[in-house]
Amino acid sequence: MEPALIRFDDLSVGFTSRDGRLLPVLRHISLAIAPGETVGLVGESGSGKSTLALAAMGYLKRGLKVISGTVTFAEQHMFSLGGSELERIRGGKLALIPQNSGQSLTPTLRIGAQLTEALRLHSKLDPAQFPARTLDLLRQVRLPDPEAIIARFPHELSGGQQQRVAIAMALAGEPKALLLDEPTTGLDVTTQAHILDLLSDIAQKSGMAMVYVSHDLGAIARVCQRVVVMYAGEIVLEGTPAQIFKNPTHPYARGLLASIPRVSNARLPVALEGRPPAPGEAGQGCAFADRCPIVQPVCRLERPELRAIASGEWLRCHVPELAQGIVMEPMTAPAPVAEASSDTAIFTLSELAISYHQANWFRQLLGQADKSTPTVKDISLTLARGETLGLVGESGSGKSTILKALAGLTPRQSGTIAFDATEDLAANVDHRQPDQRRRIQLVFQNPDESLNPRQTVAEILAQPLRLYFGLSGQALRARMVELLIQVRLGAHYLDRLPSQMSGGEKQRVAIARAFAAEPDVVLCDEVTSALDVSVQAAVLTLLDRLRRERNTAYIFVSHDLAVVRALADRVAVLYQGRLCEIGRASDVYANPAHPYTQVLLSAILEPELAARPKLMAADVQELSPPAKGCACQRRCPLKVGMICETETPPWQTVTPGHSFACHKPNNSMG
Amino acid sequence: MVRLILRRLGLGLITVALVTGIIFVAIEMLPGDACVAYLERDAVGQRLENCREQLGLNRPAIQRYGLWVGAAIRGDLGVSASGGKDIATLVGDRFRNTLLLALCAIVAGVPLSLFLGVVTALNRDKSADLVVSSIAILAMTIPEFVTATVLIFVFSIWLEWVPGIVMTSAGAPVAAFFPEIVLPTAALTLVMAAHILRTVRSSVIEVMASDYVQMATLKGVPYWQIIFRHVLPNALLPAINVVALTIAWLLGGVVVIEKVFNYPGLGRLMIDAISDRDIPVVQAIALILATVYVAVNLGADVLTLLLNPRLRTLQMRGTR
Repeated sequence: MEPALIRFDDLSVGFTSRDGRLLPVLRHISLAIAPGETVGLVGESGSGKSTLALAAMGYLKRGLKVISGTVTFAEQHMFSLGGSELERIRGGKLALIPQNSGQSLTPTLRIGAQLTEALRLHSKLDPAQFPARTLDLLRQVRLPDPEAIIARFPHELSGGQQQRVAIAMALAGEPKALLLDEPTTGLDVTTQAHILDLLSDIAQKSGMAMVYVSHDLGAIARVCQRVVVMYAGEIVLEGTPAQIFKNPTHPYARGLLASIPRVSNARLPVALEGRPPAPGEAGQGCAFADRCPIVQPVCRLERPELRAIASGEWLRCHVPELAQGIVMEPMTAPAPVAEASSDTAIFTLSELAISYHQANWFRQLLGQADKSTPTVKDISLTLARGETLGLVGESGSGKSTILKALAGLTPRQSGTIAFDATEDLAANVDHRQPDQRRRIQLVFQNPDESLNPRQTVAEILAQPLRLYFGLSGQALRARMVELLIQVRLGAHYLDRLPSQMSGGEKQRVAIARAFAAEPDVVLCDEVTSALDVSVQAAVLTLLDRLRRERNTAYIFVSHDLAVVRALADRVAVLYQGRLCEIGRASDVYANPAHPYTQVLLSAILEPELAARPKLMAADVQELSPPAKGCACQRRCPLKVGMICETETPPWQTVTPGHSFACHKPNNSMG
Repeated sequence: MVRLILRRLGLGLITVALVTGIIFVAIEMLPGDACVAYLERDAVGQRLENCREQLGLNRPAIQRYGLWVGAAIRGDLGVSASGGKDIATLVGDRFRNTLLLALCAIVAGVPLSLFLGVVTALNRDKSADLVVSSIAILAMTIPEFVTATVLIFVFSIWLEWVPGIVMTSAGAPVAAFFPEIVLPTAALTLVMAAHILRTVRSSVIEVMASDYVQMATLKGVPYWQIIFRHVLPNALLPAINVVALTIAWLLGGVVVIEKVFNYPGLGRLMIDAISDRDIPVVQAIALILATVYVAVNLGADVLTLLLNPRLRTLQMRGTR
């Protein structure tokens, strides 16, 4: 066997808590990565996967320290190297591609300068060759127009472009190994597919080893030869993608897989209940014992060892034979009801247009109309009572903007929103009736930002109850407890502050706050995208249950098509603020008619080995929608001709209730 | 870019124009006028009329405002009510002195506080940080006249290193103020350094914890290159505005320090003019101070725009 390029040997890393205890974040990790091998590290947030990857560079975040063990890269002990030796390896033979490249590029330095810096530090080239090499690197990561890119500042690039620059920078030192810390998190599906494609291509060509850290099992399945599942700072399972994604032997891996919503399956994923132990919380037994559906007495007493099993996998479980009994098929919840429970529309949007362009005060004074190309245009749709409408699209497609307009938080340029079929809804929330406000509620993406950090759960929930129902005293408290129980939190949460809860718990409080108003419509803006998959499944289940109990309608905005599939009755696909396609979820997913919907659906990564995303269109970043013609004219793989650039595409019907806007004749759509 | 700067300049001019109006109205609203104030008990009959005739006070307010502004634009600030002296010359010397003191304090204080801010941040929670930060807070809290008095006591009376008060007259050449200017400079530096230091310190700490500094470390960039190439250009941006405010404060005449050290600056002239009720002088000084404030802040805005690429693009998009 080849000597390992990166080797973790019994590595434990931890921090000292305020009361002086040493709390481990990584516990006894032993792992070897061979040259040219691609290894995936997966796990929920807090499982220690990023810490492990960074430790390979001899780097620990502030406050962390090595408790025991070693890390070697190319036979050198990373934690005993001096500063200048580390500087030579980092970014040279061992390079990192960070999670958020937008924030990882220095804002005051041009792209060219940052790439040249990497060359200057790690390349043997003559400085005269740097400019040419910089352009080469940018071409290698398939960035169009590299001459223009080098003169730009990081904030002038799109997320996908920034990520490509980060990759180019990592490649500057011709590394033997790349560490990828969630490299595609936060990117659109199409961009993500392109970046992964590029990375596996580069790794294959240059024989680099890669350590791929991600909570996205789909991405891992796509690029890795070996997968390591981490839980609470430990390796719990290690094997090939085929072993791990087909029939995992560890109960945690099974739970994780079951919690992922699939585009191919309209059912709700199964939530993995509970949360991982915080550092130092895991007792003497198995760290997963508290969440394990097949926990045995021995699991609580004795910590299982990581051992090789017959299939060649490494497993940390006392009772793997029982794990086979855990069914992974999503089955707890039935498929969403396809028909709305009532015909009456709660929202009717007609020709809604929203512009972020600030009208010149002088023009306003003269009463001239705003003639700029609006960010969102021609949105006409209805939402029935009790129905869930999914709004999908990439970043910048105007999904959240439409929600804000519905909530009365952003002015509209033209068009109307009718509420409950009869009431015309004022554009500004301040001009709406209190009852209208009560009946429309919002849940935001990030509960850290939408919950006041200085208010307890009781204060957060009391606000809508006092405002809309005038509750106080015992009645108020009883109602708050009732709400908490509805979102599967108990009365003991009343006195907690947001900082004392996990991400999933906080989002439940945010949902409880929305439901406190007993709304008819809840606007959900990417409510699960800040959460781990297991938590996401729980939140989806909760939302589904609440709407069944209360017949609430949802407008559910997400860039994750699988999540929308699990929850939505109908789906509307947006591109550049224009509707492309709308129809029942089952119809749209099974038979996408609009070219853009096809592009989106084909780029999705699922944790299935056979699934290979197809890249149908370039992932160009468009800054503003075209003034006329079809919104996707620049990216459409099936463009008809000039007509796409000059005329707004007509709506065509596929089946009743399923229509799309395109110039392409419907029958050729296969 | 140029358009943006011109726009800011235009806004600055509008601000100054508004200030002239406010000053004029405020002074108009005071009971009596410059002649009444100056002549005091003699402000009756013919003498009052003569005085008003001489200063042009018997014309309508709007006309006087126009004349005052028109003259001010040409650099003519009128004559003082007390001595009939040309205000431009009177204020000119004092303004030069204030400028001199401010310049000394800036040259000594700004680099020092920037340097100490960076040093404390890089040695966060270590002894160097604790000592310097504590001294800075102390210097910030103690009133400036106490600091000044202590300085005079230690360095002038006790150690006899430098003169304790300024004896040079307002119109003397610049060189004559040395070494008398040392103690006022030191006192000002102590007061202003703390603000800048603390801003720089927290800004550097924030930038050091940023993703791009972590990335630079993991790219193998040596420590000092990280500090100079990646940290400082970003961390010093917020300091620009604090430095600008400090400079504006220095140029606005540091009345207390000037009084304690008997320094012939603009602040003392204003105090004297106010107690003499020499309204034309007060008016002129107020106008100068407002202009200085606007100019310094304009300079800081432009500098920030030039140095911060992110702001530059955003602003340009906003105004296009």
